Amino acid sequence: MKRNWILVSFAALAAAAVAYTQVQSDIVIRLTGGARKVIALPDFRGAGASARFAGVFNAVVFEDVERSGVFTMAAKSFYPLNAPQHERDLRTPPAPQAQCGGLCLGDWAGAPVNADYLGFGYLGEQGGRLVAFGNFFNTRMESPAAARVFTKLYTAEMSEEGARKIAHEYAADVLAQFGVPSLAGTKIYFVSDRQGKGTKEIWVMDFDGTNQRRITHFNSITTMPSISPDGRRLAFTTYARGQPQIMMYSTETGRFIPFRNSAAPTNAQASFTPDGQSVLYASSVSGYMQIYISDLDGSNPRRLTNTRAIEAEPKVNPKTGADILFVSGRGGLQQIYRMNMDGADVERLTNGEGEASNPAWHPEGRHIAFAWTRGYAPGNWNLFLMDVATKETVQLTHGQGRNENPSWAPDGRHLAFCSNRTGSYQIFTMLADGTGVRQLTTQGNNWMPVWSK
Amino acid sequence: MNRLLKPRLIAIGILSVFLLLFAAGCKKKQPAPPPPPPPPPPKEEPKPPAAVIRSFTAEPSTVTRGQSSTLRWNVENASEVRIDQGIGTVPPRGERMVSPSNTTTYRMTARSAGGDAVAAVTVTVTAPPPPPPPPAKPKPSLSDRIAREVQDVFFDYDKSEIREDARTTLQRNVEALKSILNDFPSAAILIEGHCDERGSAEYNLGLGDRRANATKEFLVQLGVPADRLKTISYGKERPFCTESNESCWQQNRRAHFVGVQ
Repeated sequence: MKRNWILVSFAALAAAAVAYTQVQSDIVIRLTGGARKVIALPDFRGAGASARFAGVFNAVVFEDVERSGVFTMAAKSFYPLNAPQHERDLRTPPAPQAQCGGLCLGDWAGAPVNADYLGFGYLGEQGGRLVAFGNFFNTRMESPAAARVFTKLYTAEMSEEGARKIAHEYAADVLAQFGVPSLAGTKIYFVSDRQGKGTKEIWVMDFDGTNQRRITHFNSITTMPSISPDGRRLAFTTYARGQPQIMMYSTETGRFIPFRNSAAPTNAQASFTPDGQSVLYASSVSGYMQIYISDLDGSNPRRLTNTRAIEAEPKVNPKTGADILFVSGRGGLQQIYRMNMDGADVERLTNGEGEASNPAWHPEGRHIAFAWTRGYAPGNWNLFLMDVATKETVQLTHGQGRNENPSWAPDGRHLAFCSNRTGSYQIFTMLADGTGVRQLTTQGNNWMPVWSK
Repeated sequence: MNRLLKPRLIAIGILSVFLLLFAAGCKKKQPAPPPPPPPPPPKEEPKPPAAVIRSFTAEPSTVTRGQSSTLRWNVENASEVRIDQGIGTVPPRGERMVSPSNTTTYRMTARSAGGDAVAAVTVTVTAPPPPPPPPAKPKPSLSDRIAREVQDVFFDYDKSEIREDARTTLQRNVEALKSILNDFPSAAILIEGHCDERGSAEYNLGLGDRRANATKEFLVQLGVPADRLKTISYGKERPFCTESNESCWQQNRRAHFVGVQ
């Protein structure tokens, strides 16, 4: 055990040193496009008891790496017959351009694989625990020693859950070489009716769709979740007490946290400021739904908008904490607007065409994702990105069903969203350029994903 | 006995004296003609006794309408006994069932040469207890009344203004709502605002709120008490119709009325 720890520490140090040098050269992250590196990930094989978890491990690694959008995945059918399992399996080619059946890095770098990077290793059992020996090599380097990006040992309990955990860790280490944070450990809160038609409850799942589990049990309509920046507080809107009200829930204790609602027919759509100290919400105290800000417990409410129109969905810039996106019908059909924290300097962001909704700040606070019907009939939403400064837009979905509720992953490179493209409403994730779409839910209808760290 | 014999003795005495005087007269010649005999004393016929009503009762004397009472009587010395109220002549002793529909006094007249007698008895008639309430004809419930008498109103897309057709409907609703609120003093009316599926769920929550509120304001202007009207927005959470076409969307853009006790 002690020996393992020493090994891990050593490997981590080495990896960190290598990572530093790699970061300088290989990080190319753009929301739309950019030359992607090609990666080959031959399956890990498992020894002894670990063999039956190899399938899960390989699938999770492949999915995490592919989902990241950093790489082009080399076609598995082009892989050489043999793959190294350990660094010492690697051969130095006897002659330049010589083939060695997969045990030379050049076998992977050349046609038809054309991989820039090779991830390989194996699973084993050590002291009753599952271990993975993970390697990551740059195939363009001549000698194996120079090619090594990292070699690392991962351990977990001998179970499918353990295999999943170390697969996420290995994939995270691969992605970290390119400055891409792993999504492993992040969660997606969402709304589902799978527990009963006509009801909506808040559910949560892992970022890859596993471990779907129900949180609320009101047997009512409970919807519009949002999560505090630290992931500790979940706010939502529920009809559990009659008129729609805001409720708050601790994701740590699983208990409800008091929130004082204003005396209004509707209090809804709570969201948090980046410091986690204030809540914005929409309330119809005045007779029209307007934007308010209050303390975390709902006390000290202050009105930020003052119109005889419907104003909804306030979202504070997570980077600056200085401006608020919201949706308003003040100019006719619903559009997305921006204002300062005091309600001043209101500016319309969408150009008035169609209807716009669901503004979601990118973590860096310069772009937003949102739903828009521009170019489509009312109700036929598609997802768009906008650069808030220039108001330039990019369309991410193109008429495959209705696409709504974008929510940014903490990595700023992925979006979760809701679409009825399959015939029912389901949660999907995709890269921020609209590629790499994956369906995470299948049971009942599912809406309003909120990606939490 | 002595008193009964006395008149006879007197009569015998008188007769004896008369016979002695007659015998003496025959012995003497031509005496002076005797004085005419005194007129006989007036013959006293025995007088018949007066009628007596020994008893005249009604049993029971108080009846519920529809029940009967028995009149009983006992009369003596009467040549004729009559009871009024259509009963007529009756025997001196007897009974008769009567079923008067109202309180009635029966008068009995007993006639006799020796004197009439009159008596009366009253049978008091009380109203019957009220009939049991008509069997379970249930009072219409609050929700029945609203469903039958109050009509929903409909809106244009993304609008909360009360349309012309909705004005007419709401004007008709006012009297029904007032009557219902009057009949259910502890009830309130909940106005639900609904939207079609096309706007975003978040915006529609505000739109449904606005529709319910606009409907309430209109009714309050027409005199429906504001404190008996509540509103709730369902946005597009509880559609009446789930197809994606205009006729369905129009069904969902509405203010719907519900009773709350």
